[in-house]
Amino acid sequence: MSVYNQSRSRSIQIIFVLVFIVIIGQLIHLQIFSSKYDVLARNNAIFRKVIYPDRGIIFDRKKRAILENSIMFDLVVTPNEAKGIDTAAFCALLNIDTANYKKRIHDIIFKNTAVKPSVFEPLLSPEMYSKVNENLYKFPGFVLQERSIRTYPYNAAGNILGYIQEVDTGFLRRHKDEGYEMGDYAGYTGLERSYEKILMGQRGIKQLIRDNKSRIQGSFANGEYDTAAVAGKNLYSSIDVELQQLGEKLMTNKVGSIVAINPKTGGVLCMVSAPNYNPNYITGSQRKKHLGELLLDPRLPLINRTIGTKYSPGSTFKTMVGMIGLAEGVIDVNSTIGCTGAYLGCGTGKPKCLDPGTFKLTEAIAHSCNTYFATVFRRTLDQPKFGSADSGLTAFNRYAASFGLGDKLGVDLPSEKRGNLPTSKYYRKIFGSKWQTCNIISNAIGQGEVETTIVQLANVMSTIANKGWYYTPHLIDSIEGGDEYALLEKFKEKHYTKGVADTVFNAVQDGMQAVMDFGTGSGFKIDGITVCGKTGTVENYDKGIKQKNHSFFGAFAPRENPKIAIAVICENAGFGAAYSGPIASLLIEKYLRDSIAGKERKDKVESMTKTNLIPPKMQMALERIDSIKRAKLKPVDEPIEEDSISVEEEVVPSNLLQEGLPNIPAKSPESNKKKSPAILPNADKKNSLKKNAKPKR
Amino acid sequence: MNDRKKNSTQNFDATVMWLYAILVGIGILCIFMVEYKPGIDVFQSFISGKTNYGKQLIFSGICVVLATFILLADSKLFTAFANLMYAFGIVLMLATFVIGKSISGSKSWIPLGGGFNLQPAELCKVFTALAIAKFLSRQETDFTKLKSQIIAAAIALMPAVLSIAQHELGLALVYLTFFIVMYREGLPPGILVISFSFAVLVVATLLIEPNVLAILLTIIAAITVYTLRRQIKRKKNLLPIIISIWMICVGIQRFVVPYIFNNTFECYQSTRIYSMVGKEYDCSQNKKAQKSSKPPKKTDDYNVRQSIIAIGSGGFWGKGFLKGTQTRGKYVPEQHTDFIFTSLGEAFGFVGCTVFLGLYLFLLFRIVRIAERQRSTFSRVYAYCVASILFFHITVNVCMTIGLFPIIGIPLPLISYGGSSLLTFTILLFILLRLDADRQMVLR
Repeated sequence: MSVYNQSRSRSIQIIFVLVFIVIIGQLIHLQIFSSKYDVLARNNAIFRKVIYPDRGIIFDRKKRAILENSIMFDLVVTPNEAKGIDTAAFCALLNIDTANYKKRIHDIIFKNTAVKPSVFEPLLSPEMYSKVNENLYKFPGFVLQERSIRTYPYNAAGNILGYIQEVDTGFLRRHKDEGYEMGDYAGYTGLERSYEKILMGQRGIKQLIRDNKSRIQGSFANGEYDTAAVAGKNLYSSIDVELQQLGEKLMTNKVGSIVAINPKTGGVLCMVSAPNYNPNYITGSQRKKHLGELLLDPRLPLINRTIGTKYSPGSTFKTMVGMIGLAEGVIDVNSTIGCTGAYLGCGTGKPKCLDPGTFKLTEAIAHSCNTYFATVFRRTLDQPKFGSADSGLTAFNRYAASFGLGDKLGVDLPSEKRGNLPTSKYYRKIFGSKWQTCNIISNAIGQGEVETTIVQLANVMSTIANKGWYYTPHLIDSIEGGDEYALLEKFKEKHYTKGVADTVFNAVQDGMQAVMDFGTGSGFKIDGITVCGKTGTVENYDKGIKQKNHSFFGAFAPRENPKIAIAVICENAGFGAAYSGPIASLLIEKYLRDSIAGKERKDKVESMTKTNLIPPKMQMALERIDSIKRAKLKPVDEPIEEDSISVEEEVVPSNLLQEGLPNIPAKSPESNKKKSPAILPNADKKNSLKKNAKPKR
Repeated sequence: MNDRKKNSTQNFDATVMWLYAILVGIGILCIFMVEYKPGIDVFQSFISGKTNYGKQLIFSGICVVLATFILLADSKLFTAFANLMYAFGIVLMLATFVIGKSISGSKSWIPLGGGFNLQPAELCKVFTALAIAKFLSRQETDFTKLKSQIIAAAIALMPAVLSIAQHELGLALVYLTFFIVMYREGLPPGILVISFSFAVLVVATLLIEPNVLAILLTIIAAITVYTLRRQIKRKKNLLPIIISIWMICVGIQRFVVPYIFNNTFECYQSTRIYSMVGKEYDCSQNKKAQKSSKPPKKTDDYNVRQSIIAIGSGGFWGKGFLKGTQTRGKYVPEQHTDFIFTSLGEAFGFVGCTVFLGLYLFLLFRIVRIAERQRSTFSRVYAYCVASILFFHITVNVCMTIGLFPIIGIPLPLISYGGSSLLTFTILLFILLRLDADRQMVLR
């Protein structure tokens, strides 16, 4: 037996040990002293899934949900599990052709790999859902996935409730630290936007394990590090959804808006902007297409005219002038002013007056006498104590501002307009430093530069009803679980008018009651309810061309213990008493009595609903869009471009002539083109009103 | 007779058998960790044999049967058939060039039918070990002579050359481990020292810019000449030796290493080796890559990165059985075969790894001890062959997963999934146990 070289056995063993020590050394380095690998492994394997809570629900004043969530289903496919299905049957089920199917699958694989589930068809309609659900077992690889969407059970109040939309980069920049991510949805308009913080709730994070192809394998550490999602809080609004629905119905085919306020709380009862749209129209799978349609609609259904459009208040402003005159003491209840058919104080014979006679304040309001208020306006501003019209106007504006005019009221909706109370500075620019009250006499009857939004007008009515105070109009009364962000604090503050005594309000209320009893509003009084109202008929111009008058009406009821204050406008409708008055009267009755009584009144609802008051220009723009659509649908015989050009250049002017309106100057189509493809007829209107008002009721 | 038989059964080394059983068990558990999916019937999937761990269980069953046969066989069988089996192995390897099947880029498999494939290079390890043992144990072999040393080296390197021809560089390297055995049997240590120096030189070539290295080598030579100036005066031939060593070194670093990397290795192999030392290899220099005219594929160290992440994230105690996220998420490619160590490292951490490597070291030491108690040279040489092969596999595989060695397809003995590999190591070990049982006999 050889014992030769036995010592080398030892050295071999030493080599073994040395190499193992090197290995152990590297393991110590990797496993004990390097912490980065743990982080790297987590980054690899842990997928932080955001759990979206349900958004809060909005209730109306009787706790009926007017904006809530419902479940819709996405059809989701995992392409490599869906191999070998009966494509023809599947396509027949979904009403698509096989080429489309192949293209979609191809796109999905390209975008999101073949192993991960991707949406094949988003938001199935209910019929489609039941059809697909029944047959789903035949198509492995396809599943239905729940998705929460917003629904509006009453199909109403789209403009005030608003909608949610996928956030864009601008939004993400503005809300950097609020945890939004690309692809999230956030309130984009209306209450959805104003109360986003509350409605959105608190998102949860679920930590999941994913594999090398990003497929989810299960929860990480049995969900030990997960945070639960907290559902959005519910909002209780002051909206009366039935009133809202009736308002929207009455405003069918009209352009204008309605705001009704509970004077005691400032809570908005209904807020209608017409033309409106069915909010459910822009929730489902066709959302993008439908939203595009609405955006291009020349009637501008997406804007909220109650807060976003300024109008000259017209004769409804006379109540303001009367109150300020009384407060300043330039008139009293028994002062009489004679009217000969026009106001001659400024030598121009303007404004004119329709009912000659001698009036006290009450009758002047009842008959909406221009001369009376022109006189009161001048007397107020030209008081010797002010020294000049400048400071006279400033004093006047101070009164008006205390009624909430001339600035944003602070309604809890985005994009409220300020309205306008023209200042002496403004007039100095136009008329020079020595301007006279005669220069601005149109303001006395609410024409001129004075502009208000409808919500401001409703607020003035509410202030008169309360005899000198108001709460800021608002839609949300309370938040479930408390007002965490103090969003509702400002609605609890009472605003008082400055220096206007109770007697003044009594006098104006007398006048407004007289309007309904024997004045311009006598045609639509409500038996058994003392309504105080004021009509208005506002001249307006579009690019210097006089348009049909806007119809205004402001009111509150009942006189004692007022429960509703309301302002209505129908654009280009005619007399205030013809349309806005009856609409307001129907709404008041509905609100105070819960229903509309009597055949006559019910017929009035129907006839009012059927009345089409869309301005001809808008109507034309609509028709043009329709004709372009038809041209596109038609088999193409000739280039479509020619069609649309001919529509623009030839059809429009000839239509205008047929309608009996003056021809549009040659440059106007160009200016329209610059603005947007569709003509926006009333976009220019509000700023082109002329000062030289004519006598109006 | 009866006595002897009884004696020999008792002489089977229980320690090695236990270690074998434990390691195979750990292996199946590791494969189970890799393949595990929640919500399956574990027992059912083990039995059905449809999963890899199920298959490995079946393989280990086959191995038990085979091991029993080997233990029941006569030791003389192995000495008698050693050369024949070696020849058979070489023929099998040559046969792959004709009837071979290409699996993942190397044409080294012979299809056996039924979905099973045989890799002759694996089995050839056993045959080569037996052949070397046979050769060195011949009475007429005097291992101090150069001729015997060259023949022994030739026996070891023949399958290696064939493996390289099959594009299985990893398997070829295994045969280099037989030099450990030859060292034990009297190969001058100078050869090991020289080859170690050679390795250092190659690494230095990769690391250091060629001109700088040439200057460095010249300086080292100059210093050597200066310090040995007295001896040089006395011994005339010392200076030519130093100069020729210097020339060989510079020649290697300037010409031989670049030539091998550009002409012998595949582009990906060169890239891997370069990436080990943190350098990038320019594939456009590679002749083979040029020939294939395909644009050089951008190689990524994804494998190693994920493997290191898996092991590193295990930490001190590990994440726990079946809780490794890297393993569960299948982030490490080939985890059930060559990268099986990562599942262990992730689940059981540093403690688990150390215990596991301790088992291996224990096994190696045990085999060395068995080797030294043999009376016959055949058994001793064979035992050292087994130890060397195991040692090489363990070292290279583990170093590969922790980023100390380039990735070559070397399985972890008894742990990695794969029938060929498990079978080979079973045969290796149980032949050793059979021989050890007859350690009182002198086998030739």
